[in-house]
Amino acid sequence: MPLDVQTLLKRFREGDRVALSRVISLVENDHPSSPVILDTLYPFTGKALRVGVTGPPGAGKSTLVDHVAARMRTDSQKVGIVAVDPTSPFSGGALLGDRVRMSSVNLDDGVFIRSMASRGSSGGLAWKTFEVCEVLDAFGVDRIIVETVGVGQGELEIADEAHSTVVVLVPESGDGVQAMKAGLMEIGDIFVINKSDRESADTARRMLDSALELKPVKNGWRPPVLSTVALKGEGVEELHRKIEEHLRLLVTSGSIQHRRMEGVRAKIVEILRNRIIQSAWERNKLGRLIDAEVVSVMAGGSTPYKSAAEILRKTGQ
Amino acid sequence: MERKVRVLVAKPGLDGHDRGAKVVASALRDAGMEVIYTGLHQTPEMIVEAAVQEDVDVVGLSILSGAHMTLLPRVVQLLREKGVDDVLVVGGGIIPEADAEELASAGIARIFGPGCPTSEIASYIKDWFETSERAGV
Amino acid sequence: MSDCEKIREAGAKWRERLRPSATERDALFETISGEPVRDLYTPCDVEGLDYERDLGFPGQFPFTRGIRNNMYRGRLWTMRQFSGFGTAMDTNKRYHFLLDRGQTGLSVAFHMPTIMGYDSDHPRSLGEVGRCGVAIDSLEDMEVLFDRIPLDRVSTSMTINAPASILLAFYICVAEKQGVSSDKISGTIQNDILKEYIAQKTWIFPPEPSMRIITDIMGFCVDHVPRWNTISISGYHIREAGSTAAQELAFTLADGFAYVEAGIKAGLDVDRFAPRLSFFFNAHLDFFEETAKYRAARRIWAREMKEKYKAKKPESWLLRFHTQTAGCSLTAQQPENNIVRTAYEALSAVLGGTQSLHTNSMDETLALPSEKAAQIALRTQQIIACESGVANTIDPLAGSYFVEALTERLEKEAYDYFDKIESMGGVVKAIDRGFFQKEIADAAYEYQKKIEQKKAIVVGVNEYVIEDEEIEIPILKIDPEVERIQVGRVRALREKRDNGLVKTRLEALKKAAAGPDNLMPLILEAARAYATLGEIIQVLKEVFGEYKERPIF
Repeated sequence: MPLDVQTLLKRFREGDRVALSRVISLVENDHPSSPVILDTLYPFTGKALRVGVTGPPGAGKSTLVDHVAARMRTDSQKVGIVAVDPTSPFSGGALLGDRVRMSSVNLDDGVFIRSMASRGSSGGLAWKTFEVCEVLDAFGVDRIIVETVGVGQGELEIADEAHSTVVVLVPESGDGVQAMKAGLMEIGDIFVINKSDRESADTARRMLDSALELKPVKNGWRPPVLSTVALKGEGVEELHRKIEEHLRLLVTSGSIQHRRMEGVRAKIVEILRNRIIQSAWERNKLGRLIDAEVVSVMAGGSTPYKSAAEILRKTGQ
Repeated sequence: MERKVRVLVAKPGLDGHDRGAKVVASALRDAGMEVIYTGLHQTPEMIVEAAVQEDVDVVGLSILSGAHMTLLPRVVQLLREKGVDDVLVVGGGIIPEADAEELASAGIARIFGPGCPTSEIASYIKDWFETSERAGV
Repeated sequence: MSDCEKIREAGAKWRERLRPSATERDALFETISGEPVRDLYTPCDVEGLDYERDLGFPGQFPFTRGIRNNMYRGRLWTMRQFSGFGTAMDTNKRYHFLLDRGQTGLSVAFHMPTIMGYDSDHPRSLGEVGRCGVAIDSLEDMEVLFDRIPLDRVSTSMTINAPASILLAFYICVAEKQGVSSDKISGTIQNDILKEYIAQKTWIFPPEPSMRIITDIMGFCVDHVPRWNTISISGYHIREAGSTAAQELAFTLADGFAYVEAGIKAGLDVDRFAPRLSFFFNAHLDFFEETAKYRAARRIWAREMKEKYKAKKPESWLLRFHTQTAGCSLTAQQPENNIVRTAYEALSAVLGGTQSLHTNSMDETLALPSEKAAQIALRTQQIIACESGVANTIDPLAGSYFVEALTERLEKEAYDYFDKIESMGGVVKAIDRGFFQKEIADAAYEYQKKIEQKKAIVVGVNEYVIEDEEIEIPILKIDPEVERIQVGRVRALREKRDNGLVKTRLEALKKAAAGPDNLMPLILEAARAYATLGEIIQVLKEVFGEYKERPIF
């Protein structure tokens, strides 16, 4: 049976969760229908507020997300959760286990959880996370929580995608230092020390507090440091309160609107850049020219720099 | 980019024997699939909800409690009620041959019993996927 | 020149002569746990071994050679076949069958709903009733289960953990009704919640209240059920979940020490409760490694109990253990071969000095054992005991260079794990981090890969395979009627009992659960009023909460 995108989108607009799930797959897989889907859904986006949650593996992010989502539900908000785990560089496969930690909301029809593998993306975010968020937004969720794993440069992308970024750390030795090195201090709007019933929690908190003092107050927001014990649900209420407070500030200050405008610009630029490169590539049969130059470089007859210049000359650029 | 096969690995029933489920989950990851692991003590309702949200191609059910004749057909039935009829449902565990035959008629395509190599499970899934309607989307 | 130097020198010469012709088979020379095994062991491999200090005599510290002075020359091990299926009536019949054929102790397998604390009519019990064990919902079922079995003359082991206190209460009540007082009954409840979090994964409450229930049971039994083994600290399930022998040894003993520490912390005298702690190990296929494992376990336990936990009574130092042959070693292919596997495994347990033994039936990868298969399994033990001659002398493998070296190596590996666990803050903290769970899952996956690459051979599975094999052994079928009958029983019970009394006693239990008092007397009171297992668990859940899986992926 061939895919009928229009029927699928109709079901999507009627609130059919199976349709939502299929649409996410089409977008995630970059199916040929993906541009049409995103184009059709665009007018319905712009309502959901996005919260990014990041931090080192084993910090308890998923369990916190589970609690925060459950708390959002008590305000009758619909919640979409995107849980990103890395793709194995060896096999291209992935083991996505975050759902296990989200057992309190996994049967709630006001919550939609989607696990994503990072696939080709170099960073912690999956390569189509932004588009999947757009789909969830168009479906009518009020909040989208994007969870990414690891401490590495990749996680910094999350700050571009999310409106409010929560950085989750544990009081283990060195975690704080790691976080600073990795630039997490720059991106966090809210910092959480989870498992704060451990002995070293106070030390970690002090370290974090003093590091954050150096950080300038941005748009009237000083990032708070919160303590939680995710397994017991302790500190969740406060975390939720701070998230909502920050989101409210972003809305009232017009910052979300500004971010959206920037996002639109970036999107247009990205699409144009891809299209222009693609059409120039095909028009000039660049692939073949490159192949020929590679042979020439390997034979000692040229250098990569000379070859690139040669290709540009031949194509009249 | 090659279309990734997505597999849900779940443990229905009350037993806690997750050795096989975890081994299979790891093996399918190493065979290049995206495996969503749902953990222990799952009801058919939880499994089907996860299968829907994750839009998986395959649902793999591991059960050693003896409740397979009740719980496995229930998963298939609930999937169909949601209008999901194009996913492959397979099972594994302590399931006698005669039961496996009965399960096949209830929509559980295949039972992989003790001693079955994980490579056989992976290639079964890959073969199924190549000819399935889901391959193109 | 010392003896060892001489032997080393002679050994080097032997190796010189060996070299030109000595091409070895294309095989991994390692134990089933992946530990390398050399071609030859000599006195040099046990150079540090001090007979008096490390081995001693049977019945003497450190008990490496056995916990009794005369071991099997005095009394054979207890032949205790684990069994249970269907309703209490069905299982009672099987118990009489086994006792008639010379079995010397009972061992109850409960169905999953009982193990997880649900009554048979709970929605989560759907399809599970009587399937992999016997359905016990209340004292009423327990009365049927032990009908015409005198509880003052048979010892009973119950494989039950999170709800162990309730099943023990049911058992005490049945004994009372037979006119047997609680100080006359003997047996074991598994009651080992730590290995549930680690491996078996049939938990109910979080660790803290679970440990409190356990110390309540220990405290109660010291005074009222002195012949009861209050915990069977189990490595069996750890091994079945895929661990290596060293992990089984280390994690089990670490759990044991955690219980001892909990008991001491609860204010109990170590010498009053420690003698009632018992162990439960797996007997896997690697013959020598298994025997060495039991010997190392006894030595470590004795030393730590004496030196670290300052126990003064020798009974506190003894590691008494039950063994079950490895279910995970059985194959669905050519199932008759399982008889042979089980026999070797059983032999390693006997040579390792086990106190009681369960031998698996050949059909257990297909279903619950049929009567015929269960009989062969029991006969296997009787052949070892009466025909093989191995029970004539004590610890016959002692002094084998290989076995002693393995014993030492396993001991060392266990201590390495103890250090690691300690550095994580103890067993419960390590569970929280998923440490054990991950170690075990990794080991299981490694082993599976070896099988698939044919680095490990499993006869009938990846070598010596019969294509299109027809299985010819009978399979035990559980009648679907069982569920209907059992659901009817528990519903009828709720109609006929004094529900006002049940309510009062459950409320009293709930109130006590929130406080510090020992819960056992209150659970007994609830049991006597025919409160069901599910109802008792439910009130405790309301106070204690429920445990959630710690994922490792």
